[in-house]
Amino acid sequence: MTTTTVTAPPATAAALARPRPARDTWLVLVRELRPVVRDPFTVIFSLFQPLVFLGLFVPLLVVQTGQATAEVLTWFVPGVLVMIVLFGTGATGSNLQYEIMFGSHERTLVAPISRSALLVGRALKEVVPIVVQSLVIVAIALPFGYRADPLGLALGIVLLAVFGVGLGSLSYTLALKTKSNEWVFWAVQQSLIFPLLILSGVLLPLEGAPGWMRAVASVNPVSWVTEGERALLQGELVSGTVGAAFLAALVLAVLGLVVGIRAIRRSD
Amino acid sequence: MGVNRGGMAPDTVISTDKLTKRFGDLDAVRDLDIEVRRGELVAFLGPNGAGKTTSLRMLTTLLPPTSGSARVVGHDIATQQAAVRASIGYVGQGSSGSPAQRVRDELVVQGRFFGMSRAAAGARADELVDSLGITPFADKQVQHLSGGQKRRVDIAIGLMNAPTLLFLDEPSTGLDPQSRANLWQHITALRAEHGTTVFLTTHYLEEADRYAERVMVMDAGRVIADDTAPALKASLAGDTVTIEVGAPHEAARAAVVVEEVLEARPTVTGTELTAAAADGARRLPVVLRRLADDGVLVTSATCVPPTLDDVFLALTGRTLREAHAETPTDTPQGGPR
Repeated sequence: MTTTTVTAPPATAAALARPRPARDTWLVLVRELRPVVRDPFTVIFSLFQPLVFLGLFVPLLVVQTGQATAEVLTWFVPGVLVMIVLFGTGATGSNLQYEIMFGSHERTLVAPISRSALLVGRALKEVVPIVVQSLVIVAIALPFGYRADPLGLALGIVLLAVFGVGLGSLSYTLALKTKSNEWVFWAVQQSLIFPLLILSGVLLPLEGAPGWMRAVASVNPVSWVTEGERALLQGELVSGTVGAAFLAALVLAVLGLVVGIRAIRRSD
Repeated sequence: MGVNRGGMAPDTVISTDKLTKRFGDLDAVRDLDIEVRRGELVAFLGPNGAGKTTSLRMLTTLLPPTSGSARVVGHDIATQQAAVRASIGYVGQGSSGSPAQRVRDELVVQGRFFGMSRAAAGARADELVDSLGITPFADKQVQHLSGGQKRRVDIAIGLMNAPTLLFLDEPSTGLDPQSRANLWQHITALRAEHGTTVFLTTHYLEEADRYAERVMVMDAGRVIADDTAPALKASLAGDTVTIEVGAPHEAARAAVVVEEVLEARPTVTGTELTAAAADGARRLPVVLRRLADDGVLVTSATCVPPTLDDVFLALTGRTLREAHAETPTDTPQGGPR
């Protein structure tokens, strides 16, 4: 045993008791990203699902609409990007749920860091896979004739990031509320994600949909974000559609962070 | 450092005043009044559902008490949660390391959580990796470790901030005997080398008996005994003295002598007499001498020292094993939450 050396004493309790939300959030964010950095292929592997949709849906849409592949991609790619956020970030709470069951979440609750940082840091971390995956999907679509407006793409990724922070926070909240009941998490998550997806016009246009469907879609924030994303990637940078999309994403982000912070403060 | 706030004696690290936790109609912990001094190794012993983990979760700020109060390292657990968290080490029942993280990364992050610089956290992590024998798996993901390895990592994480007080919740549950022995070696070394106060829960009575210098027996939300293991055993259980005589008719005569010397009425079954008595080992030779003087033939005599299970039996009327059987569901986080 060689525990005789005395390293620098840790900061005093009084100093640590002072809230340092920004530093704590940064520590949590970096910690959450570390496994991704150590094993970057996890981000790429999770692109399998959107690629399946891209590969199998686009040919169908080409046949059904009679449009060229490039044209279909212009409509479909922004939706796929939204879908990445919906499925990837929407399920991210399961990581926290695993940590709740594993025990490591409890340890962070006893550590002298701000509780809100534990949630905000995690939510902000979602931005990184969203950016990487969006760029990869766009790059993959390029050889098939897809073109996105560069500035619009940048803004589109910002939109997705804001949307992802909100959706991620809600997913974490669901994990904090369902605790070790995994099946409840997935039951709620799945029963929300699919209606949100279908009623957002990501996969199929809703123009010809029954009136009630269009009514539901009109209050679906995912639908607003999808339309905004389509506008941005086509180079429509300033418009009501884009403004509404950002508004929807922002409202979702604020809502998600507020309920998420409340949930983690009550977490035990 | 100002640990003497709030009227605690300077060497008191935990003091509670009628600390109570209620879950609905259930009193998980009732009127807990305990005091732990610096450097002690205290074990909370009791069956599942006795309130051990709930007490620990209150003391570590994970669970707000329903009523009562407590000070931990000089800080109030309800109003100075951040200061309490900054002062203690905690090893819960689960794994402290996050499944997808690498062991050393988690150690460094823990140090950073406690305000250490990256360099200081790295140095401290290396020190603990070395001293706890973590080196062979320091770069592995936590999810790929064995139970014993994980537990060592948990201890290392709990020690990153060099706490004066370390809480351990069922530290050895699920470990094989070798890992358990190894774990205890580290815990006892920790105290010997750094004077760390260790407060742990266990439902393994052999462990409490062997390692803790002070045992608090808990049952149904209350501490029903609090002393050193030898003192508990001497005052509450006593040695089990068994004598076998040559013939059944001699048993009655022997019983009179046994009761007189041991000050306990023996139970007689055939030629065998059994009695529990404090200081039995010292009194047994007296019994034998008296019986020899009376011409009673003794064919065998044993004196078995008590276990903490006997203490629990004397206190509650049931053994710890029976008490476990009453609550077969071993909820991982210690009962209702």
